[in-house]
Amino acid sequence: MARDEGVGPMSRRSRHIKSRVMLGLTYGAAATATLPLLLILVHLLREGTKYIGVDFFTQMPKPIGEAGGGMANAIVGTLLLISVASAIGLPIGIGAGLFLAERRGSLFATVVRFLSDVLNGLPSIVMGIFAWEFLVRPLGHFSAVAGGIALGAMMIPLVTRTTEEMIRLVPVSLREAALALGYTRWRTSLTIVLRTALPGIVTGALVAVARIAGETAPLLFTALGNQFWSTSLGEPIAALPLQIFTYAISPYDTAHGQAWAGALVLILVVLVISLLARFATRSRFQASSD
Amino acid sequence: MTTGTTELTAPPASAVARVTAHRKPSLYGDHIYRVVIAAFAGVIPLLLLLIAISIGIAAWPALSQFGFSFVTQSTWDVGAGKFGAAPATYGTLVSSAIALAIATPLALGVSIFLSEIAPKWLRQPVGFLVDLLAAIPSVVYGLWGVFVLIPILRDPVGPFLSQTLGLGKTPLFSGPNYGYSMLAAGIILSIMILPFISAVTREVLLAVPRSQREAALALGATRWEMIRDAVLPYARSGIIGGIILGLGRALGETMAVTMLIGNRAEISSSLFAPGYTMASLIANEFSEATSDLHLSALMAVGAVLFMVTLVVNALARWLVWRVTKASGR
Repeated sequence: MARDEGVGPMSRRSRHIKSRVMLGLTYGAAATATLPLLLILVHLLREGTKYIGVDFFTQMPKPIGEAGGGMANAIVGTLLLISVASAIGLPIGIGAGLFLAERRGSLFATVVRFLSDVLNGLPSIVMGIFAWEFLVRPLGHFSAVAGGIALGAMMIPLVTRTTEEMIRLVPVSLREAALALGYTRWRTSLTIVLRTALPGIVTGALVAVARIAGETAPLLFTALGNQFWSTSLGEPIAALPLQIFTYAISPYDTAHGQAWAGALVLILVVLVISLLARFATRSRFQASSD
Repeated sequence: MTTGTTELTAPPASAVARVTAHRKPSLYGDHIYRVVIAAFAGVIPLLLLLIAISIGIAAWPALSQFGFSFVTQSTWDVGAGKFGAAPATYGTLVSSAIALAIATPLALGVSIFLSEIAPKWLRQPVGFLVDLLAAIPSVVYGLWGVFVLIPILRDPVGPFLSQTLGLGKTPLFSGPNYGYSMLAAGIILSIMILPFISAVTREVLLAVPRSQREAALALGATRWEMIRDAVLPYARSGIIGGIILGLGRALGETMAVTMLIGNRAEISSSLFAPGYTMASLIANEFSEATSDLHLSALMAVGAVLFMVTLVVNALARWLVWRVTKASGR
């Protein structure tokens, strides 16, 4: 690799040209990286809007191959699964995040932080196997609660790390002021520090919800899916991503249409949550910079 | 401090008593609080342990029957009761390699663009768009892959590679091209892991000290030379960490791959050929597994996947941590 280190007008010029070219290539990389996103969104909008209507939100699915019907049960099922997952993932994640921020230097905190990152990187299908082995297999039937627990377990590391980061942003002076006023440590943590970091933690929670809302793989082992209306936690339950999967791999065109409509709804839910999270942090940072 | 306290006269005993009496129960509260949040934090190692145990239990029958040859055995024949994980391991490695080959240069380019080059007003929106790639659910990628990517691969791309470029004679692109293939899985994976690699890379590039850049520029380097010789080497181990993190994602990605890879338990040198990854094998056959041995063999594949991703993620986190720790971020 010639590095053009010789001095002289020519080599200098070629070096600057090379610099221009390489910098130009990074523009190209940015354009190429955003292209698939735009392609996917445009295609989703075009196909999804063709098949979406009021029926989609109010009707039950028709047997595969028949036209019409909706995904009312899957939408409710997904909301229910998200609720169960949040009920598990949020308190544990926020508690663990508080711990990591407050006992920053301790060995246990370092180990937990590391393991939390490792947990975050594990394939979601592994979470499905975990919930299946402990909650489905012994009981002999698939259930919504097993699905919720698998998704909740996925939320824990996400919420933990964002909570920790957000609590670290709270000025030490604020904590010291509360302690100086005679607040106990736990009241300082919960009513002053946590309260101050709350917008950021809400953002983290929203990001975590957006991430699990579209998860399919763990649900194959737990919630399973359901063609009928069910809101019982002990029964198999329908979920939007599962329904999309089933319809996408079926050979019928009508099912494909439903899959596109479902994907559009799912992506809108995820995007709206992501945007909400984005704005929550933005207003927060603007407020803190004032 | 010491001089201040010595000048103070001792407070009346009643006040001391009042303060300590008030304090005692509250310290008790602090103690409870500390134990409770430590317990929440303890859930994380416990969860990891439970996951390992659950997979171990589920995989045990197959692992004890086949032993270590389970990993190297290349026959996966459900009817004959023969289970070897080699085709799935092979497919996982190949599809992930394709994904990394495509995603790494792109992610590096995007990160350099976002951290060094892009005008300020462009950074936020482009960064947001790239991050959004990570928000799209796997099943939506799969859906898009089935109805958009596969037809494109089947028609213009496949014949272009094999005939126009003449690559059809090489083992890599030989054989019929149905679209559902290792190549399709690799391409969709590359899109899916790109935001993960670029997020980490961007972070470590931003962690490179300004002085590093200014020194290079002051020595007369062009901007590209500054990036190549001063910024990238400094961030190298973090970038490698980001790439390995992307690899971890690619290894375990399930739904999109299951929908695109064609699901066949064969080892073929051709990227046009269908295959299996560990995750797609489990997802695809789980619901059809009737015999206990089949089910357990699937879980054993899961155990291999679990261990591989565990090691890969631990390695990646350690590498990233080394860079970001140095800059105190």
